[in-house]
Amino acid sequence: MSENGALVEIKNVKKYFPIRKGVLQREVARVHAVDDVTLSVREGETVGLVGESGCGKSTLGRCIVRLLEPTSGDIVFDGRSIGRLKARALRPLRREMQMVFQDPYASLNPRKRVGTIIGDPMKIHGIGDRRERKKRVEELLETVGLSPEHYNRFPHEFSGGQRQRIGVARALALRPKLVVADEPVSALDVSIQAQMVNLLEDLQNDFGLTYVFIAHDLGVVRHVSDRIAVMYLGKLVELSPAEELYTRPIMPYTEALLSAVPIPDPDLSAKRERIVLAGDVPSPINPPSGCRFHPRCRYATEICSQVEPPLVDYGNGHLAACHHPLNVDKETLERVTASARHTPDSADETALPAEPGKRA
Amino acid sequence: MADRLLEVKGLKVRFATEDGLVRAVDGVDFELDRGKVFGIVGESGSGKSVTAMTILGLTRDRNTRFEGEVVYKGQNLLAMPESRLRDVRGNEIAMIFQDPMTSLNPVYKVGDQIIEAIVTHEDISKRMARQRAVELLRQVGIPNPQQRVDDYPHQFSGGMRQRAMIAMALSCNPDILIADEPTTALDVTIQAQILELIDKLKDDFDSAVILITHDLGVVAEVADEIVVMYAGRVVERGSKRDIFYDPQHPYTWGLLGSIPRLDRPKPKKLHSISGMPPSLINLPQGCKFRPRCPHAFEKCQQEPELENRVEERQHLDRCWLSVDDKRRLREGTIVGEAQEVA
Repeated sequence: MSENGALVEIKNVKKYFPIRKGVLQREVARVHAVDDVTLSVREGETVGLVGESGCGKSTLGRCIVRLLEPTSGDIVFDGRSIGRLKARALRPLRREMQMVFQDPYASLNPRKRVGTIIGDPMKIHGIGDRRERKKRVEELLETVGLSPEHYNRFPHEFSGGQRQRIGVARALALRPKLVVADEPVSALDVSIQAQMVNLLEDLQNDFGLTYVFIAHDLGVVRHVSDRIAVMYLGKLVELSPAEELYTRPIMPYTEALLSAVPIPDPDLSAKRERIVLAGDVPSPINPPSGCRFHPRCRYATEICSQVEPPLVDYGNGHLAACHHPLNVDKETLERVTASARHTPDSADETALPAEPGKRA
Repeated sequence: MADRLLEVKGLKVRFATEDGLVRAVDGVDFELDRGKVFGIVGESGSGKSVTAMTILGLTRDRNTRFEGEVVYKGQNLLAMPESRLRDVRGNEIAMIFQDPMTSLNPVYKVGDQIIEAIVTHEDISKRMARQRAVELLRQVGIPNPQQRVDDYPHQFSGGMRQRAMIAMALSCNPDILIADEPTTALDVTIQAQILELIDKLKDDFDSAVILITHDLGVVAEVADEIVVMYAGRVVERGSKRDIFYDPQHPYTWGLLGSIPRLDRPKPKKLHSISGMPPSLINLPQGCKFRPRCPHAFEKCQQEPELENRVEERQHLDRCWLSVDDKRRLREGTIVGEAQEVA
């Protein structure tokens, strides 16, 4: 662990995907999937990563566990720089960080038995002998709420929710420190989602896990996260302690996202002012100038299209990048404007909450 | 006087499979009036999609057994020959499918797919049909429809594809629009747009909508009447207000409680329904929800009928608990307070 208690430090990470064309496969353009994101995740806490499809949240998640190599910037995991490590050097670290994938149908090999799916990570890392591994797999199955008798079944014999449990068991097999969960519940029914969320929380308490929880559903994210990072078109646009994001969104994009979440209460739903964002997310190949959100923002002025707003610390670890911040009182605004505006680099340290990972 | 479009009476759909008889739909009744949005809510495997597909005759097969009636304008669609049903399907009753990524044919232009739907049902020149397609794309909010009509589906984003699907469904000005999880694959921001669009178009085209979803939050916005389905049955049915402010069935409570609420303080744990939906081949005895129900008692060994148990006449449920017990048991867990509406 590094001195400030962060398990993962994401430092100015950029990930561009080249678009190649022609016989020579010359690079003609780049998809700016993740564009200069700095964020740290403390040991034992859950950071929620939200945004619409195409905002780069999954790409960032994959960079963190080094399924992708960042184009520039670095990732420090447990005090070790891993941004540039080669596959062989990464292998021992893979035990420490695991991923749970979105689609429970596509992320399990249909031709392998559950025992093999969950046991193989241990085999690859040379943990235990055959008997010990079997025992451990059976324990894991119980941990995630399945039965040890499921050891010899195939994935198709399970429902979506059960498959996702298998995916979680596989991720836990190596006793990782960090689990990146990429939309782990979005493919599931609402009632099963709740089971899954509760399971993930229990596991975190039992095993002291650190989560990066990627989702587009702000309701679920609020439930699991200590802090939430909102992304838009590859940029980190707001970072806030979880509850504060819901009571006091600063970035207009967050406000719009919040207002789009359906409320299962007809009267409240009818009363509520709804900000329907016009259009789709622009292409990350040619992101808009200035603030990337400005073409869809209802508060946008001229400056928004010209100058990219820096990520500013509004106190209490609440950062946002906006020229027209919402829900900020005059004093804070003056203080913030007076002090040199934080760059993402320096803002990072102060963004850590006092007591992460602790819930009431 | 309400203009009744559709009546589903005692619908049962069974599939004969190698493993046994799958009772996918086991007794569903409802009526649909013009201008209304009717919500069907339930988990995967509750029979909601099969109900919708059966209305359109999409479940017809050697191994399917039907019972009951689906009456549309005085005709039973279940008994209608396929050739005649084709005139109804897509023309008078149209469907929007869940996955906009796979429901459009990737090798045909979006416009051509809409034009095909139009010329199939109407005697109209291709040029006229094309104009209609452009106009439809405009109505569903596609920018630059003149150009976009010649795009391929991969050039559309998810939300735009769903809009194109809606345009296609509306192309023949249907009486009934069936939307099967129309927003599940979309982002919340796009979901809000699509729901608004469906609600608006329903009025523009003077149709009725059947909205199928697993998310009660979605129907809270737009539905007039709601049925909650479980294991092929309707377990509760009532107006939107009944379902949200006075839900009678423990399964409905579970569904309501499972939704993380942004308008409430964060609970320590999300309320969840334990266990899984039963196998439709081997249904439990008595009330089908009994194995997962925290309030089950002896009487639940027998299956309750779907009947009215509350003061309101149109609010039906399938649960043996007394109304007072229900109101006590669900208290403090899930049910919102009805607000004073002006």
